[in-house]
Amino acid sequence: MADADSRSLPGNSSLVVVDDLKKHFPIHQGLIIEREVGSVKAVDGISFSIQQGETLGLVGESGCGKTTAGRTILGLYPLTAGDVTISGISLTNATKSEMRLLRRKAQMIFQDPYASLNPRWTVSAIIGEPIRVHNLLPNDKSRDERVHDLMLRVGLSPRLINRFPHEFSGGQRQRIGVARALASNPEFIVCDEPISALDVSIQAQVVNLLEELQDEFNLTYLFIAHDLSMVRHICDRVAVMYLGIIVELGEREDLYENPFHPYTQALLSAVPIPDPKRDRERQRIILKGEIPSPINPPGGCRFHPRCPVAMDICTTVVPIYHERAPGHWVACHLYPGSTPGRENSSAVA
Amino acid sequence: MDSINRQDGKRILDVTDLRTRFHIAEGTVYAVNGVSFHLNRGETIGVVGESGCGKSVTMMSIMRLIPSPPGEIATGQAYFEERDLLQLSDSEMQDLRGKDIAMVFQDPMTAFNPVLTIGRQLTEPLRVHLGLNKDECRHRAIELLEQVGIPDPSHRLGDYPHQFSGGMRQRAMIAMALACSPSILIADEPTTALDVTIQAQIVELVLGIRADLNMSVIWITHDLGVVAEIAERVLVMYSGFIVEEAPVDDLYEDPRHPYTQALLAALPRVDRRRDRHLQSIPGAPPNLLVAPLGCPFTPRCKFAFDHCRKEMPPIINVATNHTAACWWDVTTGKPR
Repeated sequence: MADADSRSLPGNSSLVVVDDLKKHFPIHQGLIIEREVGSVKAVDGISFSIQQGETLGLVGESGCGKTTAGRTILGLYPLTAGDVTISGISLTNATKSEMRLLRRKAQMIFQDPYASLNPRWTVSAIIGEPIRVHNLLPNDKSRDERVHDLMLRVGLSPRLINRFPHEFSGGQRQRIGVARALASNPEFIVCDEPISALDVSIQAQVVNLLEELQDEFNLTYLFIAHDLSMVRHICDRVAVMYLGIIVELGEREDLYENPFHPYTQALLSAVPIPDPKRDRERQRIILKGEIPSPINPPGGCRFHPRCPVAMDICTTVVPIYHERAPGHWVACHLYPGSTPGRENSSAVA
Repeated sequence: MDSINRQDGKRILDVTDLRTRFHIAEGTVYAVNGVSFHLNRGETIGVVGESGCGKSVTMMSIMRLIPSPPGEIATGQAYFEERDLLQLSDSEMQDLRGKDIAMVFQDPMTAFNPVLTIGRQLTEPLRVHLGLNKDECRHRAIELLEQVGIPDPSHRLGDYPHQFSGGMRQRAMIAMALACSPSILIADEPTTALDVTIQAQIVELVLGIRADLNMSVIWITHDLGVVAEIAERVLVMYSGFIVEEAPVDDLYEDPRHPYTQALLAALPRVDRRRDRHLQSIPGAPPNLLVAPLGCPFTPRCKFAFDHCRKEMPPIINVATNHTAACWWDVTTGKPR
């Protein structure tokens, strides 16, 4: 960790820096001679940084590119353009050994606890794999001890160490996934919808566990989710994605109490509140239509076909993503900072 | 008393002591363990519970959609108007299903037949139940798609389900359920697979249609937020039992069953600053392969005492129109 700190910029405690990251998936056509006829612009230029020990939420509807973003940030997909730097190591020009170090320091917890564990492996093999792959411990005995400790830490009985995944409930499986992610002593964990497949009564257990582990090991999380209530609970800052780009990013309370972007406003108003009286009182914005295809995203502001307050300019000019209030970024023509030629004092990135 | 209520025509559906089991290789799954509830005309009830609580099996039992074997409806009555659905012959039930009581399923992809056009599937109930001819069917199908807000319906009739997005498929599914203007609509987690913005559209759609057609709706969900929005009365299920039932405002303001209380406390809220920690419910839902003895929530309940393990609590009136099945009185902090 010492070498990582010395490498990052002075005065900047960002553990993860994402700089104009793009991930396009090519679409091929033709049986014999394959031609590239277009691309799915799943992630189309996103930038943010995450401080050490912080949780950044990445929210949006399905198809907005949040999962692709998470995977590209970890180098699971080769990136198309831009760069990601994790603890001083840049994805685009890391050496083989740096890449190996990065894969140890950055881990992932997956959405589906049923699909993300090998059904033929015992819990011991699953949790022990990162230790084995990275040669973190000298022998089987010390590895088993470490697996034992990890199981205790995530709330699984170590007596179950030789069981197979199908013998566990959904919540327990997600605990196995958490233990596996912890095994290599990571600094950064991408949590990709870690609780959306779980029952309500189990969700709170896993979220509380993730928070405890964060405090204990000073972990940094990128928390990808569509459940905006849970994101408000767990995240320090939140980024809202729409069709491959970030439309708004801010501190949790700023974003939830005073959302700037019409999409964020609509998204928040669509979340049901478990309180019938509150629910009847509040004003709801019901968006028309659905998220368009990322192959040919709409011109100008990508949200304009569904936006309840769209103006003429929104159909042609791409709004600039700018810092409208301290730490609170938005890309929308409602705010002068987003319209080229009208930016006054607002800082432009 | 039940029969009197049925006669005055207020109750459109009256279910008593429904028990459904599945006999599988590992033993018997006790899915529904004596469920009684009713639905009034024009009323919307929400049925809430986690996966495996028996909410879907209850509705499938009423619709007689439980495959047998392995399923078995051991006891119970389900009166729809004057008839016990559980005693009807298969053909009588077929007449009624989709016509008087229609169902909307969770996953609109698997609920449609992928090799038939939307139009063909949408007109099936019209042909079977109403005996409309080809032109009338087409006309009515276009009307229905319009009603659920699908643009350019005459063209979309020829599309296959995969050409529809998730939200549109769910709209088409609702159109299909509405085809014969049923008196009861059973919606089984209709918005669970959808994004919140699309969920809001579907909820608004169903609320609008319900008012137009004066339908009674049973909305099954695990999401306490959606229920707060749509239901007038709520049933909370756990492990095959109804553990609490109350008008929607009372349930959220003054939950009387420890499970309902714990569930509400475990939910973070989008409209509130975070408190320190979420109140999690320890443990996991019970194994349904074991015949229930005592209250099934006992191992996870912070108020549990000896008696809870021995005998299932009866359903008790705890306030006006508010019942709960618990040996512990959460208001006085004493056993009942």
